[in-house]
Amino acid sequence: MIEIKNINKTYGSGETAFSALKGVSFTIRDGEFVAIMGPSGSGKSTLMHILGCLDTPTSGTYFLDGKDVSKFSDEELADIRKDKIGFVFQSFNLLPRTTVLRNVMLPLVYAGVEGDERERRAKEALTSAGLSETHYNHHSNEISGGQIQRVAIARALVNEPTLILADEPTGNLDTKTGEIVLETFEKLNKEKGRTIILITHELGVAEHARRVITIKDGVIVSDRSTSKTK
Amino acid sequence: MKIIDVLQETYTALSANKVRSGLTVLGIVIGISSVIAMVSIGAGASNSISSNIQALGSNLIMVTPGAQRGQGFGVSLGRGGAKTLTLSDADAIRTLQNVNAVAEEVSGRYQVTAKGTNTNTTVDGVTSSYPEIRNVTIDQGSFISDSQNESSSKVAVIGPTVVTDLFGDTALPADAVGQIIRIKGMEFKVIGVTVSKGGSGFNNQDDMIYVPTKSAQRFLSGNQYLTSIDIEATNSNVMTQLQTDITDILLARHKISDSTQADFSVLNQNDIISSASSITNTLTYLLAAVAGISLIVGGIGIMNMMLTTVTERTREIGLRKAIGAKKSDISKQFLIEAIILTLVGGAGGIILGWLIAFLVNWSGLITTSVSWGSVILAFGVSAFIGVIFGYYPARRAAGLNPIDALRYE
Repeated sequence: MIEIKNINKTYGSGETAFSALKGVSFTIRDGEFVAIMGPSGSGKSTLMHILGCLDTPTSGTYFLDGKDVSKFSDEELADIRKDKIGFVFQSFNLLPRTTVLRNVMLPLVYAGVEGDERERRAKEALTSAGLSETHYNHHSNEISGGQIQRVAIARALVNEPTLILADEPTGNLDTKTGEIVLETFEKLNKEKGRTIILITHELGVAEHARRVITIKDGVIVSDRSTSKTK
Repeated sequence: MKIIDVLQETYTALSANKVRSGLTVLGIVIGISSVIAMVSIGAGASNSISSNIQALGSNLIMVTPGAQRGQGFGVSLGRGGAKTLTLSDADAIRTLQNVNAVAEEVSGRYQVTAKGTNTNTTVDGVTSSYPEIRNVTIDQGSFISDSQNESSSKVAVIGPTVVTDLFGDTALPADAVGQIIRIKGMEFKVIGVTVSKGGSGFNNQDDMIYVPTKSAQRFLSGNQYLTSIDIEATNSNVMTQLQTDITDILLARHKISDSTQADFSVLNQNDIISSASSITNTLTYLLAAVAGISLIVGGIGIMNMMLTTVTERTREIGLRKAIGAKKSDISKQFLIEAIILTLVGGAGGIILGWLIAFLVNWSGLITTSVSWGSVILAFGVSAFIGVIFGYYPARRAAGLNPIDALRYE
């Protein structure tokens, strides 16, 4: 359950101050698949950073599973990220020259999960992300872009987070591979009931979600359901 | 995060970047080994200089003839060229206090032949106390005895260089004993061979023939004068006093009232040692400077490697933070990485430095000695620099906002 109320984010101060977000409020229930859409400079990246607990708002409140995290310290935010949030980045950000399995196990290392359990959960996440077992011991530079992004999805899934945040996950992929990745997200949402927030600037990508929040110049301009809604 | 996980992460990170880790270690290896090798070679050089000086003998005072001047505008015949010292001068010195031993020397260069080969070398007329005063050791046979001196026996003790010069390169010292050699045409029987002392050039102490003083005066120089008198003092504290006493007694005997007109000079071994030790001191400073510069260069190398390594991994740090790593987890991992790199590099550097010192030693150029001080200094400084510059930027990167770290190019 995500509840943000009247979020403002201002960069700089005085005359050069710039407001990236101006009083944004919405609620996302567990099991939703939401796309946050907007052109570049609209404030969607800032919103994603706040939703992902990578940054805190200048003002307003952010309740994640009933806890107000908007005033948390860096250390507390790190704990929240570890337990509640899984990231999928545009530029993949896998550790180079490291096996697929180790990349997926990385969040569990920081979460303090034991060795055998770690491997079991990593394999489970990789299966959910649709990556076959033959790739588990490949290095991250030996597999294709689509496979890399699915490894990143598995890594985001592995610690069973409340929320999966995907920042332009198809931005570096061709349309066909992008479709496969988006279908993976849809499947995860439909079959495993995962809460997913997709940040994108493409309408085609946003249409894969069941709800689209459009943001422009730091304010929400529309919040609608899509054809995918049951 | 458990320590075993930190170690595992460190291992994965280091082995995933073998070339980078290898180059970092190489930088540390070169930094450390160059310091160790430089210092060991320098210490070896300075040791060999001081041991060469010590080999001349300790507590030694040498009296050599000075320039003899005539009355008025006399022509100097050159220092050491005069014939002023006699056996009775030596006997007079022997009566002084604090004298341990006195050796009379009659020295000259003569052609020496044996079995068709020949050489030109220094022939020293000496007495039985000479080995003690001048640190000469006998390898084979025996040295000249007092009775052989009194009877002007035609016997000779030769140095190892003379053995090979006269009896061939493969001749052993033992082969030479009992052989007959001819000095200035006169037959001398070899009764002993000395142990090699080293030294080279003008002062090769192995290229020597010793004969009894009286034999040298009678058969070789043909007069009763001495070329030098060597005196060993009982200990180093009385050297200055003894030097004055010797000067006084010789001035009295030679009937010279003005000491500036002395027809002899008295040389104190301590003077030679002190001037030589100032040379070795200078050498030590030079070495310290060279070692210091290698240490700085090595340290800067390590610093550069560590800084680039960590800066290059800012995005990785950002990612690790995004997926839940705490600041302390990141700092811990990079600290351990830096420690492992400097430990491996340090061990390699010490081994390589030792090996270079050993090879220089083995090549026979200089007897090197690796000092623990240099090992500890080189390792300590490199480890300090390695850890600081591996840890500090990582700590700073760990403190960055994950967004900024992820965007870092």
